[in-house]
Amino acid sequence: MTIQSMSKMPSVGFAAGMWRVIKSIALLRESWVGMIGAFLVLFWILVAVFAPLITQFDPNASIQPYARPGTLSASGSIFWLGTDHLGRDILSRIVWGSRTVLFYAPLATLSAYTVGILMGLMAGYRGGLVDDILSRISDIILSFPVLVLYIIVIATIGASGFNIVIAITFASSPGIMRIVRGLVLDLRNRDYVAAALTRGESDWRIMLYEILPNARGPLIVDACLRLGYVIITIGVLGFLGLGLPPPDPDWGGMVNETRQMAIVFPYMTLFPCISISSLILGFNLLADGLREISLRD
Amino acid sequence: MVLLIIKRIGFMIFTMIVVSIILFLLLETGLTGDPATRVLGHFASDEQKELWRDQHGYNQPVVFRYTKWLGHFATGELGTSIRYKGPVKDVLLPRLWNTAILGFWTFAIMIPLSLTLGVLSGMKEGSFLDRVISVCGILTTSVPEFASAVFFSALFVFGLQWLPGTSSMTNGFEFKLLILPAMVLVVYDFGYVARMTRASMAEVMTSQYIRTAILKGLPYRQVILRHALRNALIAPFTVIMLQINWLLSGVIVVEFFFAYKGFGALLLEASLNNDIALLEACAMVAVVVAVSSQTIADIGYTFLNPRIRFS
Repeated sequence: MTIQSMSKMPSVGFAAGMWRVIKSIALLRESWVGMIGAFLVLFWILVAVFAPLITQFDPNASIQPYARPGTLSASGSIFWLGTDHLGRDILSRIVWGSRTVLFYAPLATLSAYTVGILMGLMAGYRGGLVDDILSRISDIILSFPVLVLYIIVIATIGASGFNIVIAITFASSPGIMRIVRGLVLDLRNRDYVAAALTRGESDWRIMLYEILPNARGPLIVDACLRLGYVIITIGVLGFLGLGLPPPDPDWGGMVNETRQMAIVFPYMTLFPCISISSLILGFNLLADGLREISLRD
Repeated sequence: MVLLIIKRIGFMIFTMIVVSIILFLLLETGLTGDPATRVLGHFASDEQKELWRDQHGYNQPVVFRYTKWLGHFATGELGTSIRYKGPVKDVLLPRLWNTAILGFWTFAIMIPLSLTLGVLSGMKEGSFLDRVISVCGILTTSVPEFASAVFFSALFVFGLQWLPGTSSMTNGFEFKLLILPAMVLVVYDFGYVARMTRASMAEVMTSQYIRTAILKGLPYRQVILRHALRNALIAPFTVIMLQINWLLSGVIVVEFFFAYKGFGALLLEASLNNDIALLEACAMVAVVVAVSSQTIADIGYTFLNPRIRFS
């Protein structure tokens, strides 16, 4: 009776959960590496959110080609980072490009995690034939060189934001599945799972409410690393000309479009490269900080 | 041991067959779009497409076509490249050789560098040197290959003017052309291998027999070189073998950036130009290399690790 009434009070659980999230963010103070990472990630999130307030130019408008950084435009605003060969303001494209990256990368990671977690829970909890089949499938997908897989998938289904999400889900969910499976194999013999079984909870309820929350620690660290890696992937695909279709700004695509002119106009390629590297660095440092803290206690 | 090797090789062959089925379904059937449209373009008329399908045997049953296709692959008959107007084999082999050279030099620099750094930082976990190496590793792994290629070209090609910006390798072997591509690959990857070596070294350093060795008064040098390293370097062997898989991805970006006439650039070119025969051959080569290096890594690991070898 008490157990049932407790599970019917989600508001208390939610508040406690939020409090715990706030406490773990506060823990980050102890790791200066993690703090720098959090700062970099937060910086880019703010840039993406306030993109219309920061930029003074339309990112796709052709205004004045080959302007050097700091040139004064006809409208009185300054091209802080110069313009590209088509006369588009580089700062505006970088700022709006951060929206593209911070939209597709978390979306692709989330999608890969949903598939990977479901597969991992099934394989780890059910075991037997299900486990064998899922593990073989993931072994085969993981044996592909990743970029070769992306190129083949994108070349056959076409390049678009949605297809990139599909390709990333396809290629990274097996890796996530392996991690989840390992964690579940360890957790499924715990007493609280046995207790839930005696209460008569369904398999899916046990997997999602009893096992998954207890596996979250390593998964959060992995998600941070994977987000960085997905950003690299999106950047690389853009750089190879397999990313989001033009003209919308995308950091990898910006490098691809302007790299032939790098000898005369190095700033056109340098700034997008610095942006993407700093964002990835942010996620990687954050992951390192989180890992360090989780190992401590 | 023998049973394990047979099992691994069996799984390797099974993987390759499954991969070949996936490739065939993706590229040769109507599952993801009409192959005739892909080759002839969107503006080809229906009669042209039908004629093309007939000529190239696309109207036969799928299973029959697959076995024929696989037979051609197994006997080394890789078909004709549309883009290069010649047999795929003649295009592929010199490119593979170039990539092998690049891969060799990348590994020749990366392995000693990352092992040394990993051992140094794993020797004393949490020390200042350890933190510095770890953060450096994170820093370099955070820069995608194309970005570090841009940074290095800005510095060494345009700034200092020491090295050429493109490495086409058309005038035969020239070491100067290899420096930048190999550097980009090494910088991106050494952090990961160093981190794995560090973890393995750190684990060994906490073990009982190392404590015994230190307590019985052996010189620290000898403890590290004769006792710790032997066990600590088993795990990195697997990691390094698995990096071949990663290298196959890395060379695509680097070769595209530096216009290096290698295998990665060829694969990308084939996919961008819908050169299906060439793309299939490249993808199969990539998978064969990747899967066999994984198999060697697995077998090698069991061979190196006596705890598994004798159990």
